Amino acid sequence: MDEDKIDKIIEEHRTDKSELIPILQDVQAEYNWLPQDTLKHIAKRLEVPLTDVFGIATFYKSFSLKPRGKHLVRVCLGTACHVRGGPRILETAERILSIKADETTADYKFTLESVNCLGCCALGPVMVVDKEYYGKLPPTKVGKILRKYGYTSSSSGKGGET
Amino acid sequence: MRKIKSPSDLEKLKQEILAKRDPQKTRIAICAGTGCLALGARKVITTFKEELKKWGLENEVEIRETGCPGFCEKGTIVVIYPEGIYYLQVQPGDVPEIVEKTLIEEKLVERLLYTDPVTNEIAIHEDEIPFYKHQMRLLIGNNIKVDPKNIDDYVALGGYRALAKALSEMTQEEVTEEVKRANLRGRGGGGFPAGRKWETSRNALEEPKYVIVNCDEGDPGAFMNRALMEGNPHSVIEGLIIGAYAIGSHEGFIYVREEYPLAVENTSIALEQAREYGLLGRDIMGSGFDFDVKIYRGAGAFISGESSALMSSLEGKVGAPQPKYVHTSVKGLWNKPSNLNNVETWANVPLIINTGADWFTSIGTEGSKGTKIFSLVGNVNNTGLVEVPLGITLREIIYNIGGGILNNKKFKAVQTGGPSGGCIPERFIDTAVDFDELTKLGSMMGSGGMIVMDEDTCMVDIAKYFIDFLVDESCGRCVPCREGLERMSEILTDICEGRGKEGDIELLEELSEVMKDTSMCGLGRTAPNPVLTTIHYFREEYDAHIKEKKCPAHVCKALIEYYIDAEKCTGCLACLKACPEGAIAGEKEKVHVINVEKCSKCGICYDTCKFDAVIIS
Amino acid sequence: MKKMTINGIVARVEDHWTVLEACRFYGIDVPTLCHHEGLSPGGICRLCVVEIGKGKRTKLVTSCNYPVEDGLVVRTHSERAIRDRKMLVELLLARCPSSKTLQDLAAKMGVQRVRFKVKDEKCILCGLCVRMCEEQMDAKAIGFAGRGKERRVTPPFDIKSDVCRNCGACMYICPVCQLRCQGPEPPSVVCGACLNVEPVCLQDNEDVMCYLDTCGWCYKVKKKT
Repeated sequence: MDEDKIDKIIEEHRTDKSELIPILQDVQAEYNWLPQDTLKHIAKRLEVPLTDVFGIATFYKSFSLKPRGKHLVRVCLGTACHVRGGPRILETAERILSIKADETTADYKFTLESVNCLGCCALGPVMVVDKEYYGKLPPTKVGKILRKYGYTSSSSGKGGET
Repeated sequence: MRKIKSPSDLEKLKQEILAKRDPQKTRIAICAGTGCLALGARKVITTFKEELKKWGLENEVEIRETGCPGFCEKGTIVVIYPEGIYYLQVQPGDVPEIVEKTLIEEKLVERLLYTDPVTNEIAIHEDEIPFYKHQMRLLIGNNIKVDPKNIDDYVALGGYRALAKALSEMTQEEVTEEVKRANLRGRGGGGFPAGRKWETSRNALEEPKYVIVNCDEGDPGAFMNRALMEGNPHSVIEGLIIGAYAIGSHEGFIYVREEYPLAVENTSIALEQAREYGLLGRDIMGSGFDFDVKIYRGAGAFISGESSALMSSLEGKVGAPQPKYVHTSVKGLWNKPSNLNNVETWANVPLIINTGADWFTSIGTEGSKGTKIFSLVGNVNNTGLVEVPLGITLREIIYNIGGGILNNKKFKAVQTGGPSGGCIPERFIDTAVDFDELTKLGSMMGSGGMIVMDEDTCMVDIAKYFIDFLVDESCGRCVPCREGLERMSEILTDICEGRGKEGDIELLEELSEVMKDTSMCGLGRTAPNPVLTTIHYFREEYDAHIKEKKCPAHVCKALIEYYIDAEKCTGCLACLKACPEGAIAGEKEKVHVINVEKCSKCGICYDTCKFDAVIIS
Repeated sequence: MKKMTINGIVARVEDHWTVLEACRFYGIDVPTLCHHEGLSPGGICRLCVVEIGKGKRTKLVTSCNYPVEDGLVVRTHSERAIRDRKMLVELLLARCPSSKTLQDLAAKMGVQRVRFKVKDEKCILCGLCVRMCEEQMDAKAIGFAGRGKERRVTPPFDIKSDVCRNCGACMYICPVCQLRCQGPEPPSVVCGACLNVEPVCLQDNEDVMCYLDTCGWCYKVKKKT
């Protein structure tokens, strides 16, 4: 953990307690997850009890307290996507990567998550990999997309749980 | 950019912008909203740029990346101005043809125009397309005309004129009165009169006061706020500044859900540009009124969209509702008067100030005035955002605008209001869409999600879906919601998997009453609605699941079986190869058989078979 | 001073009281679970709900944090309030049947069955320990983490906290661990050995006829007939 980096982020938010959530978001953007040490450091610097920081970090779906893969694969399970086969896309992704949602592959290349609505409801089912959106997705295309990001059959298999 | 120091300054700026723009100049508007981007709009844009260069037209033709017009089903949308030629489903491969045929030869590329599925008529312009024709696009109509990253587009359309009028010609009381007279009801789900809420905060004695834009839009299936916030952020910002002036607030927040990164980006840019023009900050338009706004990102929790929960997260605490009995308009953010409204509610404010409450109240019904944007999704032909005057019937929306049910299937139900709403069956399809009418049917308007379901939807599965969604999103503080939802989920899962028993429905109804009475916040209190409406209107389906262990819509996996009709099977091996479980046995030109033990009921064989030989029973 | 009506009695109450405090002052026993006088109001268990309002426009609110109002009409033992409380206790029992506090509440309210799958959680998430640790012991060693059904009380990272002083206040205040049952008698999940009496008067009235633990209304009626 680079204390200076974290201090810089905290200072950018004026060391303001009420900015705890944006600070956590920026720190996670830096490390791709929230290591224990960073949370302890933030609690100390902001003078917020560690239980509160831990409570917030575990309340929100977008925060991860376990290391995540290089590519974040999120499948939408909102109502419109559900009605158009969203769960099937998730099942397919789970099958290809041999992990379940909220898990990371052993080689730390992919983390799979479900999301509760991305706002692309007219294009269901939808999958996002990093910042790229894929709409009107047939299950048969999932493998092709994952291969674009470097999936090979040796990638699959569970690694750390997320 | 210079600061606008007065209303006449604004008018001057508008004239300057218009003077620099040639209305006859060819302009290609390409939707760069999240939806079209998901369908490849980025490549369409870069291909257009390349093609124009090839033809040497890059200085004569303008490319404008615009906000989302809402017809996402048919993305990527490309409109050629000044003619207004409306191309749909444009792929990068179509671009050279568009440039050559339409720009150079001035001919139409007919296959990219809207074709009516029944009459085969083509529509060239937006107002000829049935999806748009029956709408009243006061709020969202401008999205295709503006580049959200360029404030000048908004000013050119008359933007910020309402703010100028409010600040220079109206008192704070007059602005509040106008919004009250317009009877603008909250568009985020509550339907509470916005003017009255403003007045409560205005009259509260404490300072400072806060105004908040709620762009958390957690209802799955709803994306109206996304389109407005990404596509025309200034329309919301202008409303917010007017409201802040009326209430006496100098600090505002825009809370955008984490899942909308483009909305965050475009809003940040919009705020910066507004500041440069002196529309935010000190002494706005020379009026002496100070006001500025901060953007705040959500972190992945549906419940954080609830008013008190949202304010809690702005304070750096967990975004969960507070067990308090004081209105947040009086004691909200940091215990100060805070006025929170939905994106769409704020966007209506400049409209009301510009054209007046009398005009606004001429649209809609007695209790519900103005227009509302709905996200029409699910099993309809034309899915997307529809903006209609309140009072229009469900039938008109689903059939005239939505184009009827996909694949000619039968209509079964329409779900409104998200997880807090309910499912409305066919016999009420002529109900006027209005806050109170929908509530009378056991549902609610909610934020505007409208999910159309066909005959292949299992209503018990839908109830289970919403309860499971809420189990995941409940904050878990209070007993009735946390325990009640989990137990409802257990009972519904049992029913869907063939373990339903007598008394289950009565237990669900009893749990529903207790949750409605005692839950701490709106999530728990309205969570039973999908369950209660489906039990009320679709009791036969529940009975079939429980008594006969059958799923009439063939959805619940434990109650269905896939098998191959020997008469129809041609032995083509297609399903055999597609089956991920290797559950199909067969040889070329011999009838295939599904091994029921191995079958995971994923449905891939059903989709693959071209001969309709796969039957679900 | 404010004037309100509780169960038909005209009550004069202090301005800063909650409805619960007003009820207790007048000797009316409203059941609670996550409430403690020395700590801030919980508003979590919802057991203290009372019905306020008149006619068709009544609603249920938690009395532990609802401030008293002039002219407020409160019914603590209405049919709705009792039905809701019974279900809440049933839900809690299904979660944690080994808590004597919950079994006692069930007996007193007449909860005689649990219609849900029984779990064996040790915590009912009332939050008393968290509030105790923060407000009385000034330590903040434990707090809530997660949400929904994953919600739990735990020190940060689920390991022993540096600031925990081993004072034991959390165990002292916990309604589950302070009085642990041997467990309910099989085959029933509800113990109900002692005071399990269903107020008979509720069958004929919208309110319980008296507020004593054992209801005597039926005897009065019998005597008359």
